[in-house]
Amino acid sequence: MKIAVQAHDFDTAAEIAALHKNNAQVGAVAIFIGTVRDMNEGTGVARMTLEHYPGMTEKALTAIAEQAGQRWSIFDCTIIHRVGALAPTEQIVFVGVASAHRAEAFAACEFMMDYLKTQAPFWKKEDTPLGARWVDARSVDDAAVARWAAAPTAASTKCST
Amino acid sequence: MTIQILYFASLREKLGCNVESLSLPAQVTTVQALRELLAARGGVWQEAFVDSARLRAAVDQTMAQAQTPIHAGSEVAFFPPVTGG
Repeated sequence: MKIAVQAHDFDTAAEIAALHKNNAQVGAVAIFIGTVRDMNEGTGVARMTLEHYPGMTEKALTAIAEQAGQRWSIFDCTIIHRVGALAPTEQIVFVGVASAHRAEAFAACEFMMDYLKTQAPFWKKEDTPLGARWVDARSVDDAAVARWAAAPTAASTKCST
Repeated sequence: MTIQILYFASLREKLGCNVESLSLPAQVTTVQALRELLAARGGVWQEAFVDSARLRAAVDQTMAQAQTPIHAGSEVAFFPPVTGG
């Protein structure tokens, strides 16, 4: 398991390779990458700044990864989240999961992102033509995380890679 | 008892404060009681801490609820709903 909170960019290919190298039991790697958009709520975004709660952030991300590991049969996972100033098109977050088959990798990856969006202490501030503004939390994110409580065996269907 | 309080993001800007050390009256032993104590400072503090359903709290770096206990030496944080990812 790798958890990182960092200002610098990450190398997607290297992170994917690290998830399955030296483990011939891995048959699936699922990843999610979040990037900075140049538009939000109908207004252009020139730049965003990500603030976080040092100490709690790493604990929260570790807890999210551990929950995924308890819930699904996975070999390894990685969460990298950037902080500081970011421009449109830059990468913000990487979540990757390695498992034997795709169902567990897809489900655990989505689960970790949904929990990260609502449980990890990060806050986005956008620079727009109308001035700087803090991004509001979205109710759709709360709904996304709530469905995992309602469907604990979402990935129990067996399938091969 | 003395605790440390951290404020983040829009709340930090509104209050003009990012961290403080506070000696609590004996009856303040929960997150809710601390919120009421801070609201009693008036002005922007009252606006931020009274009836703000969207205010979140953590105690010792773990998400907390209104009745979560606070102990001597606790690190309590207040912040708006998170928006990472």
